[in-house]
Amino acid sequence: MSAQIVPDYEAQLNAILDRCHSASLDARIPDAGELPEGYTGTLGNFPVYFPDEIAHAAGLLPVNILGGGNKLEMKHADARMGSFVCSICRSTTELGLNGTLAGLTGFVTHPICDAAKHLAGIWSRNLPDQMAEILYLPQNPNSPGAARYVAAEYQRLRAELARKVGHPISDAAIRSSIRLYNKKRRLMRELYQIRRDEPWKLSCSESYLLVRAGTRIPCEEHVELLEQALPAIRQRHVAAQDKPRVIFVGGFCEQPPLEMLETIDDACFVVDDDLLIGQRWFTEDVPEDVGDPVWALAESYIERSHASPVQHDERKPKGDYLMAMLRDGKADAAILTAAKFCEPGLDEQLFWSKDLDAAGVQYLVLEFEEKMTSFEQMAMQVETFAESLLFALA
Amino acid sequence: MTTAIAEAVPGTSRSAPAAKEIWTPFNAHSEGQRLFKEWYARLETANERHEPVANVFVMGNAIEILRSFDFHMVFPEINSLQTGVRKTSAEFIRISEDYGMSPDVCSYVKADVGMMLKEEKEPLGKMPKPDLSVSSNMCGTFIKWAEIWERRYKMPSFVLDLPGQRSSSWVVRPGDAQHSADSRWVEDQFKDLIAKCEKITGKRFDIDRLAEVQGRVNQMVIHWNNVMELNRTCPAPYNAMLDGLTYIGIMNVYRGTVEGVEFMRRLEEDVRAKVARGEGRVPEERFRLLFSGTPCYVSMRRLVELFETWGGVFAYSDYLTFAAGGMDAAELLYDTSRPLESLAEVTALAAQRGLSNQFFAHERMEKQIKDYGVDGVVFHGIKSCRFVSAGMADTRDYISKRLDIPTLYIESDLIDPRYWSDAQIKNRVDAFFEALQQRGGAGPLKGKATHAQGRTA
Ligand code: SF4
Repeated sequence: MSAQIVPDYEAQLNAILDRCHSASLDARIPDAGELPEGYTGTLGNFPVYFPDEIAHAAGLLPVNILGGGNKLEMKHADARMGSFVCSICRSTTELGLNGTLAGLTGFVTHPICDAAKHLAGIWSRNLPDQMAEILYLPQNPNSPGAARYVAAEYQRLRAELARKVGHPISDAAIRSSIRLYNKKRRLMRELYQIRRDEPWKLSCSESYLLVRAGTRIPCEEHVELLEQALPAIRQRHVAAQDKPRVIFVGGFCEQPPLEMLETIDDACFVVDDDLLIGQRWFTEDVPEDVGDPVWALAESYIERSHASPVQHDERKPKGDYLMAMLRDGKADAAILTAAKFCEPGLDEQLFWSKDLDAAGVQYLVLEFEEKMTSFEQMAMQVETFAESLLFALA
Repeated sequence: MTTAIAEAVPGTSRSAPAAKEIWTPFNAHSEGQRLFKEWYARLETANERHEPVANVFVMGNAIEILRSFDFHMVFPEINSLQTGVRKTSAEFIRISEDYGMSPDVCSYVKADVGMMLKEEKEPLGKMPKPDLSVSSNMCGTFIKWAEIWERRYKMPSFVLDLPGQRSSSWVVRPGDAQHSADSRWVEDQFKDLIAKCEKITGKRFDIDRLAEVQGRVNQMVIHWNNVMELNRTCPAPYNAMLDGLTYIGIMNVYRGTVEGVEFMRRLEEDVRAKVARGEGRVPEERFRLLFSGTPCYVSMRRLVELFETWGGVFAYSDYLTFAAGGMDAAELLYDTSRPLESLAEVTALAAQRGLSNQFFAHERMEKQIKDYGVDGVVFHGIKSCRFVSAGMADTRDYISKRLDIPTLYIESDLIDPRYWSDAQIKNRVDAFFEALQQRGGAGPLKGKATHAQGRTA
């Protein structure tokens, strides 16, 4: 009788996290020779949400352009963008101007804010060979006709991409992409459920890396990684430490540095967050076997989606979804962050704080920039906040 | 044009003067002041009279529909800019920053929040509590601003989603498939807004009233386009960044009213007469300029003075287009036989023009430079407004390098006096004119005049 091999879950998880970490840090765009099998090009898209399925069905690898992090040297963009524009827009411009994103087949931005809309014009002036577009996702999802309008925008995008890749994009291909992306989103929902139920098993920074990898690597590989990661996380034997349960908001567009999330992890259990919310946009599966898959995507966008400070939806008042996150995560408090110079984020941060004042919920206000490199002061703030929470909860 | 007084703005029975009245000299500035005072006075008592009030913005505001329901319109942007003109903005901004607002967000929003917190008379009167707000996606800050009122006043905020130019060289012709799809979406939203207005006011939507308002907007737009076109003449009869600000104020506040039509009619008449007399805004026009961006209202006159002392006049500004509803072309007129459909079609096109002026600025600017025969472009980066500023330095790079047009980039703010650095701006302006002179630009009065024809309202 052969000895049963006990899988080393921790080692397996570490290997996955390493893979995700290196994928997250790599801002390069794969050239034709490096593209994963089945892909003929890459489609860059700016946060928050993008219908990856349409690019995937066209054979284009969707790459979420998430700025330059804290290692990028700015050589060109400082002269092309005012100093009062958020870092993600400035670094994205830099990556366009310094050639890092030259290999993209196209770049799509969205009307999430005014700075982001300008990226399409900057692209068209400086990278005229790339397709550069604003995908007009609506700021009024409440009026009847919104789903029809989104579907029309998606069909327009589909036609543009078909022209670019030189072949039509069939309904069957989109349906199959929806199935794949549903799987990925289901796995991410499970990941977040673990965070809510047993946050000691998965830190915010680890969960972030697992999700962030999916912004760059093929969905097929991401699904595999998540499928391996989830059982490994569940098997983890970690004692629950004495830390307060908090939620983290403000990471919907510009990304906080990983070190910042690790700093928060050191003092708190982050049971929920809005980091990369566009990757997890749907609250349920997109219908898979319907006649018109583009309609299914559009209708899901309007009817079964999360919220963010950069989308106005009467059905999702900003204070309400913050409270729902706190309630569902049984959180004691909130960390309200905003990226420097992010107008919508800064406005929301203040009014969220007023909502929490009214509800008697404690919170910590932090401002960040993707290019931050020093975290000592923030660590002290977070520690003091965590201690005061523990004291109050004792 | 017709002089029939169909209806005046809500809350007044005052009639606009008939066209054939005894001629009195027209002074656009003082007439504008008078109209603004009257508007503010009516707003002050709107709540007492239980008349509906809507907060709206200067872009994407559905005024035609709101006016057909007799809403009073409050323009918080105009209130905020008035705090700048009256030099009280610093105090309101301070109050809002003490409340927690970031130094890095729009100073208009901060002045408005400061005024709300202080709950005292705003620059020209006390603002009524709104029953509704209509904002649009044309400027992202509009939406966040409206969400502040939504929280404070517990009233609905309607966001009108207006699709803009999707990519460069984007051509949309009235009636083509893209325009039809966009118009349909806009019309769907108008129907939704109408239902909300019916609920708030308890009145049924009256399509004939809408057509009447549209008819008056058409007249205003024709006059307005003629007024803009007249500034193609050399010397330019007015300064787009000083006189022009009063004109667009009336285009917004009195849009679709008898008073508005009359003001614009007389304005056109006046500007046309100036052109006939060869009268320019500056005594000796030496440089014609295009201004991109918004003014700095705390130093509005100073800004213009820095240029006019060199004989520089702003013949055109994109501000006149995007902040006046985007209706800068004669084809943007309503077909009053199909009021709602036409409202959607024209709104979709006008919004797109307003958005294109910023997000793909280089495309339209190339034409404007030619149309207005300008010698240089002045870009005014506004710290608190990413809508006009985020792509500006890059557009400037394009205009100066690819089109070989001299440009100047200065930076300040809308109404936050902390960002106006007089000596620094003056140095840059002087250096710009010296460079223009070296290019042989001085004394260019002759040979540059383009002639404006205009059309009849
Ligand atoms: S970080 Fe904020 S301001 Fe910058 S692009 Fe994102 S939403 Fe816009």
